[in-house]
Amino acid sequence: MKLWEIAHSRTGDKGNISNVSLIAYDPKDFEMLKEKVTCEKVKEHFKGIVKGEVVRYELPNICALNFVMYAALGGGVTRSLSVDMHGKGLSSYLLNMEI
Amino acid sequence: MKTIRIGSGAGYAGDRLEPSLELIEKGNLDYISYECLAERTIAIGQQAKLADPNKGYNGLLEHRMEKALPLAWEHKVKIITNMGSANPEAAARKCVEIARKHGLTGMKIACVTGDDILPIIDRYADTEVWETHEPLSKLPGKVVSANAYLGVEGIVKALQQGADVVITGRVSDPAIFMAPMIYEFGWKEDDWDLLGKGTMVGHLLECGGQVTGGYFAEPGKKDVPGVGHLGFPLVEIAEDGSFFITKVPGSGGMVTPDTCAEQICYEIHDPENYLTPDVVANFKQVKFVQDGPDKVVVSGATGKPRTSTFKCSIGYKDCFIGDGEISYGGPGCLERAKLALEIVKERLELVAPGKFDEMKYDLIGCNSIYWNPDFQYNEPSEVRVRVAGRATTKAVADLVPNEVEALYTNGPAGGCGAVKRTREIVSVASILINREDVHPAVQVYTV
Repeated sequence: MKLWEIAHSRTGDKGNISNVSLIAYDPKDFEMLKEKVTCEKVKEHFKGIVKGEVVRYELPNICALNFVMYAALGGGVTRSLSVDMHGKGLSSYLLNMEI
Repeated sequence: MKTIRIGSGAGYAGDRLEPSLELIEKGNLDYISYECLAERTIAIGQQAKLADPNKGYNGLLEHRMEKALPLAWEHKVKIITNMGSANPEAAARKCVEIARKHGLTGMKIACVTGDDILPIIDRYADTEVWETHEPLSKLPGKVVSANAYLGVEGIVKALQQGADVVITGRVSDPAIFMAPMIYEFGWKEDDWDLLGKGTMVGHLLECGGQVTGGYFAEPGKKDVPGVGHLGFPLVEIAEDGSFFITKVPGSGGMVTPDTCAEQICYEIHDPENYLTPDVVANFKQVKFVQDGPDKVVVSGATGKPRTSTFKCSIGYKDCFIGDGEISYGGPGCLERAKLALEIVKERLELVAPGKFDEMKYDLIGCNSIYWNPDFQYNEPSEVRVRVAGRATTKAVADLVPNEVEALYTNGPAGGCGAVKRTREIVSVASILINREDVHPAVQVYTV
C-alpha cells in the first residue's frame, strides 16, 4: 500500500531545509504511520535528494507527523538548479512510499 | 467578550486581488493583512531602489491599493501589509497619492521602518551564517541587502497613532496578523500563551488560500468545491485568544480540520518551538473542531518567552544560472532525449571545460523533480530535456541554454519548443542579530 491511500501531505521550505508533513485521513491509522514511517525509512526513500539528516516531530491531536529534511533543496530555494526550487513536489514523493 | 475579525488578503507577492476585495466587502472584517514577501524579495527590491529611490516596494502595490484602499475605507477595514518590501516609505507615499486621488480625506497611512540593517552589517562580519556555517565576511558575493525580521512593535505603534493603513518592510509573517490583537485587546508583550495563539492565527492565515482548500485538492481523495473562485480565509478571535477560522459564505474552497492541518505543518520545524520575534510558539497540542460549514475552531496553541535575537536575511550576489529546454515526442522519444543530454554534456566540456560550479541534466516527465537514482520511470509519450548550469559569469552561464537551443539544428531528430534563459542569482544568507541593534520607527501620513 502507498502512503497516498491513507495520508495527505504538504511541503514547506526554509533555506536548504525542507519539511514534509504526513497527516492521516483516519485517526486510527496514525499509530501505524508512527510505527512504519521512521526517519530512516524516509531518508532512504529520499536517497539522492536529501543529503542531510531527517528529524521527525509529532502533532498528535491532528494525527500529523512532520519530517524535517536537512540539505534537501539542492543548496536552497534561491540557488537550486532544480525545476522545483522549493521542493514543493517532495510531499507527493513521500506519499509514493510503500508501507 | 471583545472579538475582532482579521482577513488574509494575499498569501504571496503575486497573489490574486479579487478574493481580498470579497473579504473586505463581505467578511465583516476589522482588519485585512496582505503577506507579500518571500525570502529574497527584499534583496531584489533593494536593487530596484538603488536604481530608482521611489521604487523597491511590491510591484502589485498600486494594482492592489487602487481597489483595496477605497473599499477598505468604505467598510472601515484597516489594512496591514509588508508590501513595502525594500522601500516602505515610498510605498506609503504612493498609497497617499492613491488615497488622495480617490478622495479618502482623513485616511492615515503609516510606514514601519527599521528592518534595514545594511548600514551596520559590518558589526556581524564574524557571525556564522546558517546556510554556509562560515563567517558572514566569507560570503562569496557582494552583499546587497540585510533585513531583520521585526515583530509586532512597529505595527502596534502605528495603530496606536490611528493608522488606517500600515505598510512594513521585513517583519515576521505572523506579526502582520497578530499586531491588531495586541492593539485591540491590550495583550502584554509577555503574555506568552496569548502570543502563541496569535501566532497560530498568523500562521494559518499567512498563506491566503492554502488554508481554504487551495494547494490541497486531490481529485477523488480531497475534492474541493469551487477552487476556481477560491475564497481567502478570515479569523474571528476573542480577547482570551479563542478563535475560529472561516471564509466568506458563497466563495469557493472549504475550511476543514484537514485543510487546517496541512497549513499548520507548513514551513514549521519543531512544532513545540516555532521561533518568531515576539514569542516562541508551541503548536504541538493544537486541535481543530469543525463547528459548522467552513468553520473550524482552533485551540491548544501556547507560547514561551521570546529569544534575545532577531533573524536577519542577507541578500548577496551569488552566481548566474543558465538553463534551456527542448522537447521530444513520439516513438523513441526517451532515447532521443537521453542523446540530447549527452550531446549538451559533451559540448559544454568542449567549449567551457571546468567552468561550471554545478550542472543538472533533467528529463522532464521522468526524473526532474525526483532525481533519486533508484526512481523507476516509464517512457512517456513526450519528454522535455532540461539542462541547467551554475557559473560565476553570465557569459559562461549563457553557454548552457545556447547549447540546448543549438540542438534544433545539431541534435537528435524532432527536437521542438526550445526555450532559454539566464538569471543572475541573488541568494539569501541568514544570521542572528542582537535586538538592541534594531530600532523600529513609524511615520504616519494623513491624506
